[in-house]
Amino acid sequence: MDSSLGGGHAALTASLRCAANLLYLVPLIFLVVFFLYPLLALFDLSLRPDGILDLSAFARLLSSDYHIGTLVFTVYQALISTTATVVLALPCAFVFARFRFPGKSLLLSLATLPFVLPTVVVALAFAVVLGDGGLLNDLLRTLFSLDYSPIQLERTLALIIIAHIFYNFAIALRIITSYWASVGFATEEAARALGANEISLWRDIRLPLIRPALLSSAVLIFIFCFTSFGVVLILGGIRFATLEVQIYYQAVSIFNLPLAAALSLVQILSMLVMLVIYTRSQNRLQVSMSSSAAILRCPRTRLQRSVVFACVLLITALLFTPLLALLWRSLFLTGKLDLSGYIELSQRSRASLLFITPLEAVFNSLRYAIMAMTAALALGLIAAHMINRRGRWSRFSDPLFMLPLATSAVTLGFGFIIALDEPPLNLRSSWLIIPISHTLVALPFVIRSVLPSLRTIPPSLGEAARVLGARPMEKLLTIDAPLVSRGIVVGATFAFTVSMGEFGASLFVAQRESVTIPVVIYRLIGDPGLGSYRQALAMSVILMLVCAGGFLIIERLRAAGVAEF
Amino acid sequence: MYRRAIAIVLLLLCFCGSAIAQESESVVVLTHDSFAMSEAVLEAFEEYTGFTLEILRSGDAGQMVNQAILSKNNPLGDVLYGVDNTFLSRALKAGIFAPYESPKLENVAGGFLPDDTFRVTPINFGDVCLNYDISYFEEQELPLPQSLSDLTGPEYAGLLVAENPATSSPGLAFLLATIAEFGDDGESTYLDYWQALADNDLLVVDGWTDAYYGEFTVGSRGVGGRPLVVSYASSPPAEVIYGEDPEAGAVTGAIIGDNMCYRQIEYAGVLEGGTNPDGARKFIDFMLSPAFQEEMPLNMFVFPVVENIMLPEEFTAYAAIAENPASLDPARIEENREAWIQAWAAVMLR
Repeated sequence: MDSSLGGGHAALTASLRCAANLLYLVPLIFLVVFFLYPLLALFDLSLRPDGILDLSAFARLLSSDYHIGTLVFTVYQALISTTATVVLALPCAFVFARFRFPGKSLLLSLATLPFVLPTVVVALAFAVVLGDGGLLNDLLRTLFSLDYSPIQLERTLALIIIAHIFYNFAIALRIITSYWASVGFATEEAARALGANEISLWRDIRLPLIRPALLSSAVLIFIFCFTSFGVVLILGGIRFATLEVQIYYQAVSIFNLPLAAALSLVQILSMLVMLVIYTRSQNRLQVSMSSSAAILRCPRTRLQRSVVFACVLLITALLFTPLLALLWRSLFLTGKLDLSGYIELSQRSRASLLFITPLEAVFNSLRYAIMAMTAALALGLIAAHMINRRGRWSRFSDPLFMLPLATSAVTLGFGFIIALDEPPLNLRSSWLIIPISHTLVALPFVIRSVLPSLRTIPPSLGEAARVLGARPMEKLLTIDAPLVSRGIVVGATFAFTVSMGEFGASLFVAQRESVTIPVVIYRLIGDPGLGSYRQALAMSVILMLVCAGGFLIIERLRAAGVAEF
Repeated sequence: MYRRAIAIVLLLLCFCGSAIAQESESVVVLTHDSFAMSEAVLEAFEEYTGFTLEILRSGDAGQMVNQAILSKNNPLGDVLYGVDNTFLSRALKAGIFAPYESPKLENVAGGFLPDDTFRVTPINFGDVCLNYDISYFEEQELPLPQSLSDLTGPEYAGLLVAENPATSSPGLAFLLATIAEFGDDGESTYLDYWQALADNDLLVVDGWTDAYYGEFTVGSRGVGGRPLVVSYASSPPAEVIYGEDPEAGAVTGAIIGDNMCYRQIEYAGVLEGGTNPDGARKFIDFMLSPAFQEEMPLNMFVFPVVENIMLPEEFTAYAAIAENPASLDPARIEENREAWIQAWAAVMLR
């Protein structure tokens, strides 16, 4: 096709393609420098301590029933959690993509909130709702005049799974909804007109149609549950341990680096195998459909109304009850309305280096979240574009970009310490390490959110644009951007949320500018006393409010952006 | 779009560049995430010595020590503060400290120095022991346990919540107290004791926060049902200071009977190969000065090692210091930690 064009144009296209290829290198370089290099440096130190490769840790690992059992349990709980989350989120995603009802976009935004809360806080909220002396048991005891607590979930696998659903529901809900809304319901309408019933609609039309988004979110959720740490430790108690928990124990408590490295490698490699299978299945699935943005309907029939109602009820019960319990607890801890948690926070009662005013902490958190979101969006969009070309690059790079999520935080932290210790990359004690590590974790979200809708853009559309004389930049802005805008919003929202809630990296540096909201919560909840507890609850509520505000602004930006394109 | 992306990358590179510039006149203190000190005190150090202070928190105590060992050839800081006697042996064996005998050591009460090599300097101590809900014990007219063995009695069934020694620092300290009391060798060991505790409906949770705020009756405000918790001897004053009504007095108490507590001593040391050894030594001297020692109780809820330091009112009224705390040789801890914890887990997860 190129040959039919003028020679000058061809040269221009070639140089643009060259520039594009160079641009593709940027996210790869980021990943190599800030992820692969520190990781390999740590593995090298752990497994080759005296210059000789020592793999005895692997032998020890593979011959230990305990560690094999841990691996099996890790996979098992992640599979159940992922399936349960996706199955619950699927009907809700349909409702959100299909119907128009009051408060919908607000509900969709707020559903992302659990994602931001530290596990210790969620554990407290769960105890308030589901614990032996919690609200639900109180209610059931009064209703049925029982003298025991009917719900005994504390430290069970069931509670781990409920918590995983609570945390990850929004991933499935938002990625599937945005994708569904962008591919629309034209096929479905046609099938319905031909007399398809509800069952065959789901089986033959809907599920195949949304499969890319379904798998995309399932992969993210699986990785999250696979590497679950706080939820398993705190809510599961001492009986349950994932690989991530074992890595922490071996690396920190015992300081057995070879075994920790071996466990990390097993963790990463098992994720890699899964990701490669996933990427292949995605590549085979080359459905380019003419997408038509969904036309939203009002729920008309009684059935439709009750489906919408059931979905709102599910989200409220599952996601908002613990959040509301937290809010309620922060206001009524002593039985009556009591704002002292909030007041004490603003008075900065402890004149200590690390106890800064909540406003400063909010400012710090926002600063890193905006940096990480911007970087993750820029790098993620380039990476998604590259992966979408489905070349050799794609097969390697797609799983590669997911790996930071699948890597234990302790492992990567130690890697930073030994690898990024000399100029020009002397970053290990700089605050820069915070936005950088947040970006690493946020990148997979942007890619997974954008990629499904990017893949629906048929190459013919781009070719048509080119024949019609559109320059690549114009094509990007007029064709690609509006089609993936929903995906971008979802990716941006998660990138923002991941950064707001993350706290591991913020612990490395202790200058004032590194004290983020989660750090303040952890510090407060590490001290005894009603006041500390109350302030920690108040700070958690502030974290939720700031995030909710952030979500609304991101939504607004999209609305403005799309109108402009 | 591309241009914007390039601009962002360039911007990031600039950020990296600016992060490289370091001041030579600073003292970098590597510490754990429980470090807290009033700004006024730290500013006094800066004014007095002319150095700027940079505090680097590096996760919990274990993470901090491991990071210091990993970065031995290119130290993260000049001075490390916060290694306790459960991790001391690991740090000493790795050779991360340069010896320094502070002139201020003469004010430190005897028994805190681990050996006579002066590689580390004791700064503060704290006792891990049981806390109890005062009103629960009064209402039930229950006597307080007088020894660790008492806890296996039927009157204390289902009352105690403890922490997992594999993941929690007070959890490990309490395990060490039981090992010091019952031994790890012979016919009856600490494992038999833990079995008896488990039979007596002991609850073990992952960390201090979950135990105190999730299960302890006082900390959880009624959500949890355990009136006995493994915590610190300094928790009762904190409960008063940050409590609802500081005038109302104590709601919790610490049980400090003989061999019922485990003493955690925190040390500081000059990091070998640091860029500012002079500043590091000055900071260690400073930590042993009355100004710093007096501020420690209310900032970190620990006790000063220097003698005749005025304790805050809340501490003299509500805190207690164990007269005969349990202790174990740091080298023995490092050698056996994994085996002890694994044997413990085998019993508790049975």
